[in-house]
Amino acid sequence: MHRIRWHIVVFLAPAVLVYTAVMIFPLFNTLRLALYSEIENVRVFTGLANFRTLFGDPLWSEAFWNALGNNFWFFIIHMLVQNPIGILLAAILSHPRLRFAALYRSAIFVPTILSFVIVGFAWKLILSPIWGIAPNMLDAVGLGSWFQPWLGREGSALTTLALVSVWQFVGIPMMLIYAALLSIPEEILEAGEIDGITGAAAFWKLKLPLILPSIGIISVLTFVGNFNAFDLIYAAQGALAGPDFATDILGTFMYRTFFGFQLQLGDPHMGSAIATGMFAIILIGVCLYLFGIQTRMRRYEL
Amino acid sequence: MHTKLTRLLISTALVTAATGVSAQDVTLTIESWRNDDLTLWQDVIIPAFEAQNPGIKVKFTPSAPAEYNAVLNSKLDAGSAGDLITCRPFDASLALFDDGKLADLTDLGGMANFSDVAKSAWQTDDGSATFCVPMASVIHGFIYNKDAFAEVGVEVPTTEDEFFAVLDAIEADGNYTPMAMGTNDQWEAATMGYNNIGPNYWKGEEGRLALIAGEQKLTDPQWVEPYATLARWGDYLGSGFEAQTYPDSQNIFTLGRAAIYPAGSWEITGFNAQADFEMGAFKPPVKAAGDTCYISDHTDIAMGLNAASPNAEAARTFLDWMGTSEFASIYANALPGFFSLSSHEIAMEDPLAQEFVSWRGDVRIDDPVDLPDPLARHPEPRKRDLGRLRRGDQGHQDARRSRCRIAGGPRQLVRAAAIV
Repeated sequence: MHRIRWHIVVFLAPAVLVYTAVMIFPLFNTLRLALYSEIENVRVFTGLANFRTLFGDPLWSEAFWNALGNNFWFFIIHMLVQNPIGILLAAILSHPRLRFAALYRSAIFVPTILSFVIVGFAWKLILSPIWGIAPNMLDAVGLGSWFQPWLGREGSALTTLALVSVWQFVGIPMMLIYAALLSIPEEILEAGEIDGITGAAAFWKLKLPLILPSIGIISVLTFVGNFNAFDLIYAAQGALAGPDFATDILGTFMYRTFFGFQLQLGDPHMGSAIATGMFAIILIGVCLYLFGIQTRMRRYEL
Repeated sequence: MHTKLTRLLISTALVTAATGVSAQDVTLTIESWRNDDLTLWQDVIIPAFEAQNPGIKVKFTPSAPAEYNAVLNSKLDAGSAGDLITCRPFDASLALFDDGKLADLTDLGGMANFSDVAKSAWQTDDGSATFCVPMASVIHGFIYNKDAFAEVGVEVPTTEDEFFAVLDAIEADGNYTPMAMGTNDQWEAATMGYNNIGPNYWKGEEGRLALIAGEQKLTDPQWVEPYATLARWGDYLGSGFEAQTYPDSQNIFTLGRAAIYPAGSWEITGFNAQADFEMGAFKPPVKAAGDTCYISDHTDIAMGLNAASPNAEAARTFLDWMGTSEFASIYANALPGFFSLSSHEIAMEDPLAQEFVSWRGDVRIDDPVDLPDPLARHPEPRKRDLGRLRRGDQGHQDARRSRCRIAGGPRQLVRAAAIV
């Protein structure tokens, strides 16, 4: 009775095949690789031994928790700085009487399309205490004494890089929220006005609840992006993520372990174990959001 | 086991085949991290060898320094590595030899031209097997701007007190940053700082051997005191040294903005090309006048034979030639600052290089204490990577907690050779 609808299979095939070859297979192979070790030049199945080393050996676990902690700090800065600023910018941009809105929108969005390498090197140069323009610019406004070699200090390097990343990506939450704000029907706002809700109150009481689902999605995107981050740290601080591993996040830790750096030899099996850890963290984070927050979020029919 | 046997059989078969058709040219490929030396090899060393050994062609194929070891290991595992392998000192190469990747060269004729100290970096711990032909060492010390010293009116310091007095005088003069060194790249402070002044504290080779034997620990005073001295350097490094990179330091010095550069002799070639003032060098200052001065004579680079090479015979001919005074002379003069480890008398022309190498006569020589990366929170606790220092396991663990502190910041000590 049921005829196979061949056209569906045919049309799906390219995407399914490509996606399987470049995403699904490597993912599962990485998970598998984490269960092996190389002993005497032969690959042997060692079960969870790599994970026991990763969490049991202080040399490894210390590095892992350090990277995880740094990663959380990196994420927190994004949540506290990038997303609120993004929402604020979107709110300002969506104001009907703002002039040159398109210009601001493009200018703020442009860094997002720049390569990490360019952003990393440019900011490294800007902030360089020797050749950079930051010390002179601060001098010009009489704040020269405020300048510090931020990228070279353990206390400030990670925060500085997180802020550079915020600078680069603030355009994304701005655009998404901007789109969400534009989709709010005029009638609702007008109904609010009749009830005496205008200005800031309109934002807090009407618009914000309506864009909450978008904010949720942005938070998830930020979370996934931050826990997969690697490029900016690598471009600015190198694979050792200095000073003294102060900017080491899971991505750089995984890279060093997997591919090796300087005299450290690459170990694909331990590297895969770390990658599996990253995968698990992101999976848990996303699940928490999906089942813990999103299902409870109130939605409004517009 | 099976693959090893097969590989052995294949290589034997290939060697037989190669000797069978001796009329045909053999091409040797050299693996190296010294891509800076590409032209030197192509234009000078290889032609000199080929002129004397018709029938053997040589190709120099370097890879990026920071990736060399990882790349080399993958190539060796895959069986695609070249015939001749440039060897890092100590553990990196010892591990390759232990894995059967490097051939035993103990019976190579040219080895007679090297002293035991020269060979020590490429021998098994008991000294029974040598697996690489030593090429060059580098010497740690300080390079200074002679014009700046004359201008400020200071003399070359020999003791630590004099050293800091000189730094104070330059600081007071105000025209120069007293010393150019940054801590951003981490290995810079470890190599130019700790490995440079340290031997005077732990009495060079004596301390190193005691450490390996487990009689001393990295937390003993003689190993920790250099950190305190380095911490005092922080006041003289110029503002923002925490974010200053290795190329920044080099540029600051060669532009004439800094008076002293804690260095190694490997900088000589680059500095000669960049700096337009006269440079001199001085030894790491001793603690009190009259103390014996120890310097790091850092056995840095050697050449070994890929155990799976099908051209072993020709490769041995090449390695033998590397022990001659001809090779030593070409190499030492083309790369001033990389000093030959052979026992031949080599005439060197570069004055700065001569100054460095002259120290060998009047001070105690010391192999560098290579503090491997794991000293800081290095995530590869594989025994063979940790190497000899790990033998004193407890000392190692403790030392991780006493990392180099400069101006309040713990600095991780990372091996330098990878970048040098």
